[in-house]
Amino acid sequence: MPDTAFVRSEMLPQQAPPITERGAVKWLRENLFSSPFNTVLTLIGLAVVFFLAQAALPWLMNSVWNATSLKECREIVWASAGPEATGACWALIRERWHQFLFGFYPADLYWRPVLALGLLLISLAPVLYYGLRKASVTLVGTVAALTLIALAMLDHDPTHLVIFALGLGGLTATAWVAPKRLLVLTVIYPLLGFWLLWGGSVWAPVGVAIGFALLVAVYLATKSYLGVVVATGAGFVVAAIWWLAVQTSVTTGLEAAMPLGMQAITSDQFGGFLLAFVIGVTAIGASLPIGILLALGRQSDMLLIKTLCVGFIEFVRGVPLITVLFTATLLLGYFLPPQTNFDVVLRVIILVTFFSAAYLAEVIRGGLAALPKGQYEAADALGLDYWQAQRLIVMPQALKVSIPGIVSTFIGLFKDTTLVAFVGLMDPLKGVTTIVRADTAWKGIYWEPYIFVGAIFFAVCFGMSRYSMYLEQKLKTDHR
Amino acid sequence: MAEATKQMQVSDEVAIQITGMNKWYGQFHVLRDINMTVNRGERIVICGPSGSGKSTLIRCINRLEEHQSGHIVVDGTELTNDLKNIDKVRSEVGMVFQHFNLFPHLTILENCTLAPIWVRKTPKREAEEIAMHFLHKVKIPEQAHKYPGQLSGGQQQRVAIARSLCMKPRIMLFDEPTSALDPEMIKEVLDTMIALAEEGMTMLCVTHEMGFAQAVANRVVFMDQGQIVEQNAPKEFFSNPQSDRTKLFLSQILGH
Repeated sequence: MPDTAFVRSEMLPQQAPPITERGAVKWLRENLFSSPFNTVLTLIGLAVVFFLAQAALPWLMNSVWNATSLKECREIVWASAGPEATGACWALIRERWHQFLFGFYPADLYWRPVLALGLLLISLAPVLYYGLRKASVTLVGTVAALTLIALAMLDHDPTHLVIFALGLGGLTATAWVAPKRLLVLTVIYPLLGFWLLWGGSVWAPVGVAIGFALLVAVYLATKSYLGVVVATGAGFVVAAIWWLAVQTSVTTGLEAAMPLGMQAITSDQFGGFLLAFVIGVTAIGASLPIGILLALGRQSDMLLIKTLCVGFIEFVRGVPLITVLFTATLLLGYFLPPQTNFDVVLRVIILVTFFSAAYLAEVIRGGLAALPKGQYEAADALGLDYWQAQRLIVMPQALKVSIPGIVSTFIGLFKDTTLVAFVGLMDPLKGVTTIVRADTAWKGIYWEPYIFVGAIFFAVCFGMSRYSMYLEQKLKTDHR
Repeated sequence: MAEATKQMQVSDEVAIQITGMNKWYGQFHVLRDINMTVNRGERIVICGPSGSGKSTLIRCINRLEEHQSGHIVVDGTELTNDLKNIDKVRSEVGMVFQHFNLFPHLTILENCTLAPIWVRKTPKREAEEIAMHFLHKVKIPEQAHKYPGQLSGGQQQRVAIARSLCMKPRIMLFDEPTSALDPEMIKEVLDTMIALAEEGMTMLCVTHEMGFAQAVANRVVFMDQGQIVEQNAPKEFFSNPQSDRTKLFLSQILGH
């Protein structure tokens, strides 16, 4: 046997890695100082952060929360931090927060928008977290608790609070016991929410609901011998006849026989984030189905439908939103007969919806294009009809691919709601802030209201963005 | 495997009747005067060089492609522009594709139950039982709750076969089912198809697997330039081809 033969009799134990391969040192080396260039970038970055903090921190540290005017704010800052010192004057927000949130909505009715927002989130829970009971219950429970706290701060009548608590508790329990039942709320929420916000006779939303019920009834009754498309059309015709010709007289009669309702609020009292949310949420909710139909229409073999869809999409994308908003509010006002009462907020909602629907249609068309032809062929070969194939095979995949684009469009839409300032509505950014800054007590204030409004917009948009990332992760089944 | 062929019975009943069928892609005449009768229980292998129209032919049978003249009658239903007839034929005719075309957003089980639930209106529980039955048959019941992307090519193709079978079709069309597979996986798919043939399924199969043709087909159809050049029983087809084009093709495909 040669001397060099070697047999290991015992195994070496693991040793700790050297200091450069673990913990903070490794992280720093890899991420901040991996090369001379990276080191320079890190140092420049640190310097930028330092100068920004040096400029902004004293201003933030000297924040004043209690004052009645900008002058008083400055005096407090100078008294505490010496003359010429600067400080943020959040006292403005403390004094005017309700205008930023609700515009000129009557103060004793703030519970209505608060409840509407709470119910909105609760009704969204079964959609956002479909099939995930725990996440859904967590969302519903948290929102219910927060809504109740907010309501308690607005309304001190114990009987009201007990009613609210029972209702919200009931919804949370529903989310736990029978999550799918919560979808009933989701279905009726659009009408319930509008009624809560605008008030008026309860028979108006009921009348609209009857129209939808007629639509569904006609569709179901005629589907088997008219076919899906014609039956849908027939349903729309019947519903339109009801809404345009019959509904008003019926609801007026019902109102006379049994007056039920709440104090009506007019659209010019809406403002601030209430307005932004009403327009944004409604347009987001309505534009997705319209966008899907437009995208499908654009791919249709039927020339008329295709031409209409292409024409609509290209027209809407080619014209600035503000132009259309002006047209809708000013020109329609001149041309329509004077007694026509077509609510300005409703007009804006319809236009913003069409706008984002056109953009969505193109985003979804991209998703459709990403789908291999084989998927359509497999669906056809299995005998699925057009709508089944779209709903079960094509849309789930096309929409999944389009999620980032769809959410971008939604975020853009939500921020574009501030453009309604140009037609005299009180959006939070320009409308309310201008009003607040016009007050002599706060004349000259600049950063604080914009930072406040910007922070809320950021929180909402960031939330949407994070949710879309979560959704992409959840729907990821291709395992590439 | 040659033994199996003899046991398989072919009935006199006509499953597919194609008469004087022509098809054009724009100016290009892809299928020229196709006449073909398929009896119930027949297993037909269609072969030919690429571009000869063999895939187009079987895709016409369930109207994935439209023919411009002539008649195609499947199971007594003529394929016309009538959507009802097309849907009827499609629900009776299963199809397996070269690239599987499973639905990647659905699990294997959902892939198999989708059409029975939505087209046949089968209750979900029952549809799942049927799906599991056929997944057992193609020997991958344990994959039922995975997604297609997690399976190998051979497994995906077997799922695709099971998915078609769940509709209880009377005719199965195979469009180059093994062309996209690794050599190792071809066998598992062919075994599944042979098992299906032995049960008496009417099958039309576009394939280059001549071993499969010899084992289970009772007719081989050779196509070139959009026409049926020759058709014969496999034994005669391979041992005694009639046309020069067939001879050339066979020498190239069997030569190496």
